[in-house]
Amino acid sequence: MTKYPVNKIILFSSVDGPGNRTVIFLQGCNFDCKYCHNPETRRLCIGCGTCVTKCPAGALQRSEENGGQVVFLPEKCVSCDTCIHICPHDASPRIRPMTAAEAFEAVKRQMPYIRGVTVSGGECTLYPDFLRELFALCKEVSLSTFIDSNGTYDFASDPELMAVTDGVMLDIKAFSGEDHLTVTACDNRQVLKNALFLAEEGKLFEVRTVIVPGLYDTEQTVLETGKLLKDYCGQVRYKIIAYRPMGVRESYSHYPVPEQALLEDYAERLREMGWRDIVII
Amino acid sequence: MRPITMERVEQTRAEILETIKSPVLTHEQKVATMANKADSLMEVLDLPEGLDELLNESIDTKCICDLNEGHAPVRPRYIIPDYAKFMREGSEFLQLDPPKDLFEALNSLLIFYKHVPSVTNFPVYVGALDELLEPFINDVDEETAKKLLRLFLIHVDRTVLDSFSHANIGPKPTKAGRLLLEVEEDLEQAVPNLTMKYDAELTDDDFALQAIKTSLRSAKPSFANHKMFSSELGEDYVIASCYNGLKLGGGSYTLCRMILSNIAKRADSLKDFQEKQLPYVMDIMARYMDARIKFEVEESGFFQNNFLAKEGFIHQDRFTAMFGMVGLAECVNILMEKEGKSGRFGHDKEADELGVAIMEQINDFNEQHVNPYCSVTGGHFLLHAQVGLSDDREVSPGTRIPIGEEPEELFEHLKHCSLFHKYFPSGTGDIFPIDTTVHKNPEFLLDIIKGSFKDNLRYLSFYSSDSDVIRITGYLVKRSEIEKLRSGVAVLQDTTALGMGAADNCRIEERKVR
Ligand code: SF4
Ligand code: SF4
Repeated sequence: MTKYPVNKIILFSSVDGPGNRTVIFLQGCNFDCKYCHNPETRRLCIGCGTCVTKCPAGALQRSEENGGQVVFLPEKCVSCDTCIHICPHDASPRIRPMTAAEAFEAVKRQMPYIRGVTVSGGECTLYPDFLRELFALCKEVSLSTFIDSNGTYDFASDPELMAVTDGVMLDIKAFSGEDHLTVTACDNRQVLKNALFLAEEGKLFEVRTVIVPGLYDTEQTVLETGKLLKDYCGQVRYKIIAYRPMGVRESYSHYPVPEQALLEDYAERLREMGWRDIVII
Repeated sequence: MRPITMERVEQTRAEILETIKSPVLTHEQKVATMANKADSLMEVLDLPEGLDELLNESIDTKCICDLNEGHAPVRPRYIIPDYAKFMREGSEFLQLDPPKDLFEALNSLLIFYKHVPSVTNFPVYVGALDELLEPFINDVDEETAKKLLRLFLIHVDRTVLDSFSHANIGPKPTKAGRLLLEVEEDLEQAVPNLTMKYDAELTDDDFALQAIKTSLRSAKPSFANHKMFSSELGEDYVIASCYNGLKLGGGSYTLCRMILSNIAKRADSLKDFQEKQLPYVMDIMARYMDARIKFEVEESGFFQNNFLAKEGFIHQDRFTAMFGMVGLAECVNILMEKEGKSGRFGHDKEADELGVAIMEQINDFNEQHVNPYCSVTGGHFLLHAQVGLSDDREVSPGTRIPIGEEPEELFEHLKHCSLFHKYFPSGTGDIFPIDTTVHKNPEFLLDIIKGSFKDNLRYLSFYSSDSDVIRITGYLVKRSEIEKLRSGVAVLQDTTALGMGAADNCRIEERKVR
């Protein structure tokens, strides 16, 4: 049974899709967003050992049998976050390797209080096998299934996954290809293709854009995305997220926080285009 | 009537004088307080032996508390008039014909409320307002209807001066219900308390979502598990006072409570608690309640002479009584310590199992005890998780986990509630302050309500952690009114003083925000 790196499980979440959901965060991401708010979820641990000696609670150990791999002891952890702050590799040692079936059990516990599950990251579509297997199990007990994605996975190529996925929340980090490269160091053609494909399939629940003034053309991104999905604006939510420096790596934490008025203005202009469900956070 | 000592008379006279001179009591509050003082001189009940030592003790040792019902009950504690009958037939005593339109309906209700007694002298139940008003709601356009409801609710808040007064809406969506919720969202008032009877099969999501939005502004309505209550009490149950399930057209003669933590202090071991102390106190409290009920039914004349009974708005045979308890958490923790164990209520399987075992024992006792005047509930009292008093110290309401010790995860907290809510047809409930800057998603709470009721929870309340109206233990108080009272100014509603006491003594403001 393949084990997948689970960074965290939030039992009840009100912000990751419709209703109350359990959210599973998988470790690892293929983007390099300058403003990443959870940089410790970006890479897999390489076992360098730096964090082991710094943990004040003795919650981290090196396993000699397993070639020095770091073992996390959750009962001892005091959640001081020292390890993720000092890790030089944008990783976290607090990873629970879980099979899809184990992850399902961790979700099922919260029934009947939850409506479904959302898998987030990192970038969870790096593990499509996990998603397919977990979602199929969720469907058997009528839990709804959502993906939180940066949009680099070609959803159209995976009908099996689409068959068990109820909705996707998609980041539109920047609209122009150039800006997208600046923000994420990756190209965005697949992202925009996905936005349209998922909307056509009725599976685009939400698009979201983090507004970072000065980093890229935020106005163009919101308005062009609004236009691109104009035909679906009655069914898709637009979440406009204000950049905040919390959690962002020091070298990138100098961007200004956008004014509320700017966010309201974007929302108003989306409304003029016909968008109805707009959330500012 | 038994004689009393002159010393007691003198002491009471001194208290009455103090009441008269009080700078922080309103006139109505003084009159009510003086009436209670006068009543305290009465000795007419046939009291069980051993009661005195359990009842008349300081708050950290007394095992039984009769919640200020007085020595010679002049009326049942909680009265639940059948307002629908009043709407259909009017009242001869009140010289009112049945209302013909919304104006008359609201006016008639306001008149009726002034004639419904209770332990607080204010009605603890003001009706299923949506059902009562729905037949009239299309008499006027929607704007006028809202204006009328607004004036009606302001009138109630400023004249029913006690937030143990409760209105019900639901489970079925109605226009009147929706308008009431919209108006309450806007008013942010403490009175009346409000419960939505919720049943996923009867209550549509839009109606429930409006109720959630209202509750995050004005800390009400709370949500009652309609399936559970109606299976126990029948379709004609109501929620009154804090969160008490009672029969329409009936009510509760009395409510006494056991302070379980103080009973645990008397025990030298778990065995002693279960075999001697708890059974001893339960027996005395039940017989004390029997004596109160006997006086009310057989001697007070209330059911023979009051117009509510004479005109059939209430029926003595629809009354029952509430067998209350507080401090299960502290009781369990004390007993665990006495057994040399460290597990705590709300965090440890063994401690929680002990809590369940104690509840089973209380439930068994209650099912054995028969009172001839409680036939509507099978001859037995109904268990009640009492919400506490403002001068309680180190005693958590009912079966609640102490404030400050709540489980980290809301999920674990709800799971814990699901172990205990089923025992209390006459009321229990848990309260959750919600951080609305995070949870801008009312469907999140709706899912929690749906799940909770599937998982045997009975009653849930939410409020926004930053709203002015907050839920103290079962009732509502405005933070701004507490501040006025704290600065030494008299305030309108008598529950504000209770809220202030609870905020000072029971750490209400330190509840874990979800
Ligand atoms: S988490 Fe980071 S610091 Fe710790 S062992 Fe892995 S790579 Fe090294
Ligand atoms: S957060 Fe990291 S460093 Fe802190 S106790 Fe837990 S494992 Fe150790």
